[in-house]
Amino acid sequence: MPNLGIEVLFKGTNMARLLGGLWVSLRISLIAVGFSVLLGIPLGIIMTAKSKVIKAFTRLYLEVVRVMPQMVLLFIVFFGTTRIFGWNLNAELASVIVFTFWGTAEMADLVRGAFISIPKHQYESAKALGMNSLHVFLFVILPQTIRRLLPLSINLVTRMIKTTSLVMMIGVVEVLKVGQQIIEANRTSSPNAAFGVYGTVFLLYFIGCWPISMLSKYLEKKWSNT
Amino acid sequence: MNWEVIGSYLPLYWKAMLLTLRIGWIGIVFAILLGVLCAIVRFYKIPVLSQLAGVYIEVFRNTPLLVQLFFLYFALPKIGIPIRADFCGALGLALLGGAYMAETFRSGLESVAGIQTESALSLGMNKSQVVTHIIFPQAFARSVPSFVANIIFLLKETSVFSAISLMDLMFTAKDLIGLYYKTTECLTLLVVFYALILIPVSVLGDRLERRVRHAEFGD
Repeated sequence: MPNLGIEVLFKGTNMARLLGGLWVSLRISLIAVGFSVLLGIPLGIIMTAKSKVIKAFTRLYLEVVRVMPQMVLLFIVFFGTTRIFGWNLNAELASVIVFTFWGTAEMADLVRGAFISIPKHQYESAKALGMNSLHVFLFVILPQTIRRLLPLSINLVTRMIKTTSLVMMIGVVEVLKVGQQIIEANRTSSPNAAFGVYGTVFLLYFIGCWPISMLSKYLEKKWSNT
Repeated sequence: MNWEVIGSYLPLYWKAMLLTLRIGWIGIVFAILLGVLCAIVRFYKIPVLSQLAGVYIEVFRNTPLLVQLFFLYFALPKIGIPIRADFCGALGLALLGGAYMAETFRSGLESVAGIQTESALSLGMNKSQVVTHIIFPQAFARSVPSFVANIIFLLKETSVFSAISLMDLMFTAKDLIGLYYKTTECLTLLVVFYALILIPVSVLGDRLERRVRHAEFGD
């Protein structure tokens, strides 16, 4: 049995440092999720409008986000805009901007999808029962929309948490980077540290994302036939 | 924008794109195979294999590709399993994609099973006929939109290959920026080349979707 390099984790404050690194990625994704929800919901509602101009613009925005890898967007914001506009941007802020830009598009698309998935007869039946537009929206459309939207947006949260692992590529010191530092620092005393450390990072991500995606699945199943 | 610089960088980007495409398509083909296999195992609830596939799917769906690649590339050699960078990239992509494809195809299978199976059986088809003529064609047709979405997702994910020092588009761009500071040109080329890969896939995907929708409803 080869040495698995797990002992490194219990040396000094290594485990705490790894968790600190994880918190950095979590913080970025949570802030970005917050902004994405705030901006995505109104945008999604705007996208259900019939105006051709609005449709063209939002379509373009969604296609850009759909086609460009998040890493390219990170590079553009972190290296490109700083060069062109000459401002100073720290890596964490650049990450928040990129993930908000991406998340808003995804969230808006989910909101739009949820709204147009409500069949027209729901509006018409509610009107026929004598409800006014506000009541139709509040008591008929909104509850159904939320049931369709919530599982999908929870799923989006796990995707954003996973994608924040990319921020190490523009120099944010998050869990993978901390892992690298620990491995480098212990190169001589435990040459197999890479296994233990990267294995732990792998596990940490799984422990973080799995319960959230289970919740999403559970809600989806629970609400699917209502 | 300096066009001469762009001209001199073009061959480098072209080479990088070919590498991305080569590893990308190998990874995607294996991802689809692995995904269909896992979906079948899960759908027919084959004992042991079904549980194994379930664990595999959950693990790879809930971890980022970058972390998976780090584990495959840097950690496995420590326990005596050395792995080449390009092979590692394709393997990582196949494992990640397989998990996503499996879930997609399984929900496709589930959406056609039930009444369709019963009707086919009552028409006198045997079990294997039901599978090959009724369930699979419809399940594939229904999964196509998500398959396309997954393929686009996987192609985008190839951008993390630079982390295991594969000379892909990302790596080339970062390298050139570091060497010559032609940031604007490098990033423009990066965007153009990713668009070159992904826009055709996106357009073809839309077409394919429309065609199979046709197939699903007959006519």
